[in-house]
Amino acid sequence: MEWFLANTGMILERGGQHLVLALVPMVLGLVISIPLAQLARRNGALRSAVLTASSLLYTIPSLALFIILPTILGTRILDPLNVVVALTIYAVALLVRAALDAFDSVDADVSQAAQAMGFKPLARFLQVDLPLSLPVMFAGLRVVSVSNISLVSVAALLGVGNLGMLFTDGLQRDFVTEVVVGIVAILVLALVMDAILVLLERVLTPWERAGGRRDHAADHGPHPAGEPATSMAGEAA
Amino acid sequence: MSNVFSDTFAWLADPLHWSGSMGIPVRLAEHLQYTGLVMLIATAIAVPVGLFVGHTGRGRVAVVALAGALRALPTLGLLILFVLLAGIGLMPPIWALVILTVPPLLAGTYAGISSVDRNVVDAARAMGMTELQVLFRAELPNALTVMFGGFRTGVLQVIATVSVVAYINLGGLGRYLFDGLVLSDFPQMLGGSLLIAVLAIAVDLVLSLFQRLFLTQGASKLSYHGQQAAVDLTDPVVAETVVQGGKS
Repeated sequence: MEWFLANTGMILERGGQHLVLALVPMVLGLVISIPLAQLARRNGALRSAVLTASSLLYTIPSLALFIILPTILGTRILDPLNVVVALTIYAVALLVRAALDAFDSVDADVSQAAQAMGFKPLARFLQVDLPLSLPVMFAGLRVVSVSNISLVSVAALLGVGNLGMLFTDGLQRDFVTEVVVGIVAILVLALVMDAILVLLERVLTPWERAGGRRDHAADHGPHPAGEPATSMAGEAA
Repeated sequence: MSNVFSDTFAWLADPLHWSGSMGIPVRLAEHLQYTGLVMLIATAIAVPVGLFVGHTGRGRVAVVALAGALRALPTLGLLILFVLLAGIGLMPPIWALVILTVPPLLAGTYAGISSVDRNVVDAARAMGMTELQVLFRAELPNALTVMFGGFRTGVLQVIATVSVVAYINLGGLGRYLFDGLVLSDFPQMLGGSLLIAVLAIAVDLVLSLFQRLFLTQGASKLSYHGQQAAVDLTDPVVAETVVQGGKS
């Protein structure tokens, strides 16, 4: 505790670096995967190509990718850009799948009704399909957020600054407190991010609270009656 | 930049690196050995618990919460904590890896069992099967595909994390990354990374082949074609298993 208080400044700085390294790839991944999923939905060959490529890239362990990327990008091994690119690749791999599932989860009747009411394609996408796909989309985002925050710490092994440095430093100095503080800090970061995403989802999908929840769960089949699974996981993760 | 590639190729092609106690075959064997050991222990813990929870529905909330919380634990931090507390040696990092691997296996088993059509379970019960028979003859066979998905995720996660284990003085292919880092020997680092990437992809390929050959046979796949879609994708733990999460 004393160590924690004496080093708050350093921990906050590392935490800031950590957050940036985790968040930027998540946003980039979202921006890339939504249009990609839309394209893939229209083209069967592209769809299977995207799914194959994403699961292949996702299979590559992060530590290996952090080292392989500099050769491809021409960056130095310490460059945080490697981490951002690697995590963006993972984020796209997860989110493109989530986005495809999310758009598939939108009731085709609703989509067609919107078209019949005169929505142009872009307006229909932005005002009908996208909002209705948010619950499944957010489930994907929450997975990416937790996994990114945990993965960033691996980059500390190569000397890229973030909370993972507390682990490498703690090992070198044989100092358990520092490692524990690092673990707790990363857990707190993951928890706060997850809470923010849950909150954001609630704000963006007001109809889910107005009894729509049950219908939605029913659409997805026999998962035991809707309620606690989602909310519990949220509080815990 | 081009000479990095040729240097790496030269490193990989050098016969010296393919023999001896620090050679690639030995490191590869170590890597697979650690992975196998972790998977063995983790499966022995996760599958029985997952079957119990999936079948009875008891402790479902606790399992989902636990799986979510453990997923947020940083791999590296846990590994180092175990080493500092329990000392260097084979088992401390292995236990840390087990703790990280149980959640995807548990979630996969639980998701598999609960994705089985309730009508099938009721029919089995109506035919007079005992609870154990219902579990092993009706639920388990129908859940295998989803369960195996969790297992695949777990294996890949362990292969990735075992590369990190080299940082705390164990073997495995990760050795090349850290030895290379200390010596600023980039071809060695890159060569090791490529080996790890190829290993992960090859193992995933073998597992998916296994899945295709042995797990999709029989009528179950045909009659419950919508099984995957029947899983609730808005549940992060389930969604993660389905979209192949659990990354390190």
